[in-house]
Amino acid sequence: MAGLAFDGIREPGGWVATGAAEARPVSVVRAATGSRAAGTVRFETVGKTYLSAAGAVRALDAIDLAIPAGTIFGIIGRSGAGKSSLLRTVNRLEEPTSGRVLVDGEPIGALDTAGLVTLRRRIGMIFQHFNLLSAKTVRQNVALPLAVAGVPKAEIGPRVDEVLRLVGLEDKAEAYPSRLSGGQKQRVGIARALVSRPEILLCDEATSALDPETTLSILSLLRDINRRLGITIVLITHEMSVIREICSDVVVLEQGRIAETGPVWRVFGSPEHPATRALLEPLTRDLPEDLAARLQPNPVPGGATVLRITCSGEAPDLSALTAAAGAPVRLLQAGIDRIQGRAVGRMLVAVAGADPDAENRLRALGTDIERIGHVAADD
Amino acid sequence: MSPQMIDRLWQAGLDTLVMVGASAGIAVLAGLPLALFLVTSGPGGIFPAPRANRVVGMLVNGFRAVPFIVLLVALIPFTRLVTGTTIGVWAAIVPLSVSATPFFARIAEVSLRDVDAGLIEAAQSIGCRRRHILAHVLLPEALPGIIGGLTITIVSMIGASAMAGAVGAGGLGDVAIRYGYQRFDTTVMMAVIAILIALVCVVQFAGDTAVRRLRTR
Repeated sequence: MAGLAFDGIREPGGWVATGAAEARPVSVVRAATGSRAAGTVRFETVGKTYLSAAGAVRALDAIDLAIPAGTIFGIIGRSGAGKSSLLRTVNRLEEPTSGRVLVDGEPIGALDTAGLVTLRRRIGMIFQHFNLLSAKTVRQNVALPLAVAGVPKAEIGPRVDEVLRLVGLEDKAEAYPSRLSGGQKQRVGIARALVSRPEILLCDEATSALDPETTLSILSLLRDINRRLGITIVLITHEMSVIREICSDVVVLEQGRIAETGPVWRVFGSPEHPATRALLEPLTRDLPEDLAARLQPNPVPGGATVLRITCSGEAPDLSALTAAAGAPVRLLQAGIDRIQGRAVGRMLVAVAGADPDAENRLRALGTDIERIGHVAADD
Repeated sequence: MSPQMIDRLWQAGLDTLVMVGASAGIAVLAGLPLALFLVTSGPGGIFPAPRANRVVGMLVNGFRAVPFIVLLVALIPFTRLVTGTTIGVWAAIVPLSVSATPFFARIAEVSLRDVDAGLIEAAQSIGCRRRHILAHVLLPEALPGIIGGLTITIVSMIGASAMAGAVGAGGLGDVAIRYGYQRFDTTVMMAVIAILIALVCVVQFAGDTAVRRLRTR
């Protein structure tokens, strides 16, 4: 599949590079976006209330949020949390009922039709179900934003070829969308969104209809676009794995409010809000069943103490841990991820004996420790 | 059959084609904008005008409710106003068009309404104005359904045009009534039926082929 071509660009330091997007060469961005090195979005007490048969439904409630230029910013929440409404206020597919949205410092609420059309040409958008026109070929789909903007035909052709090359679909230009796979359709969607050189790309559950492998290839394409063109990417998803894969910052929405926001490594490492924990649930390893069955609340003579060590940022120093424990330490289970160059995850260890001082010494190292229980010696 | 009768059938066939063709043309020219209006002027549409939408919707329903044979008679003053006569092919085109337009508009409306709202949203997101949405999204995406609807409209108009023969419009229906029924000429009756079947088959085949071509790309 064409997407694999982009995997070559994914180097081991990918996380760091995504987070350090602000360090991108400004001259490249200028060249790519025409004139401005921009792409900031700011929400100021944005609210949205729908009137339904059951009464007023508050979809968004006083959202305050700033999205810096060049970042990959994730908005996550369960369905109905308001993330889709929030995303759509950026290009005014949805009008907030209170507050205001600023793009590059300019409030967009007051724009007239012509101003709105101009704004939308600076903001690309891709969709969960791709939303390609079935009556048009790939080339015609991608050319449409330029054609309706009145760009001369002679300029449209080369530009369309250029973006199709960027997404790896140059050989599908004359095909109709119905002939393409889901991943290819989303690539066409991305090409269509990029053809007018936007500074912001909105992704509405862009990978939710794709299989895991295709999801990864689309995400790496988005990361590549972000790095090469310096485009701000705002994406909404209900999958934490998507956020972990490419985002530098994340905001967790719950019932129209911001539950939690911050750099991805921090929100993943020490989730504070129950909604965040619930969303992280599929990524967290539970206590293994066999171990849970043997756990006892009180110390077992000759047994060991089971501790859960949580890492949120610092990679655990194993020799220091063992030294502080002052007793044999066995690793029972561990899942440490590297997110934006930081270690995030949990591990279970069994420390021989039941010495409370050992726990205190471990805490003194600055480790986040929780005693789960005790087990007999043969564990 | 006598050569005169063959000649008469030939002339009647042409009359039917002219009646149906001209009325179908008018039905498309008037019905398609009507369908676009019905779809886009509703609440949440791209040209919202809910009150006008309701009024037009009721008018369309009104015309759809009147049986063609009644409409044919009721429209006689209007037909005279437009064509200066109430008999003949051109006089029949008026009630045929008036009847076919709301029929076709409602069928086209269904196809237009079936266009995924996500496509309109995507078009808005790339900076399409409303006229671009009509030209690039609604009409091309609904085209297979509209062509299918036009096929249905033409077939039912071929039937209706036979009734128009009853008011002296000419055409195949007129020949069938005057010679086949009133003069007990079974051969003529059979010939007319055969021609009508062939006509309907050709129209249906052409419509189906066009729809299949559009759908399988």
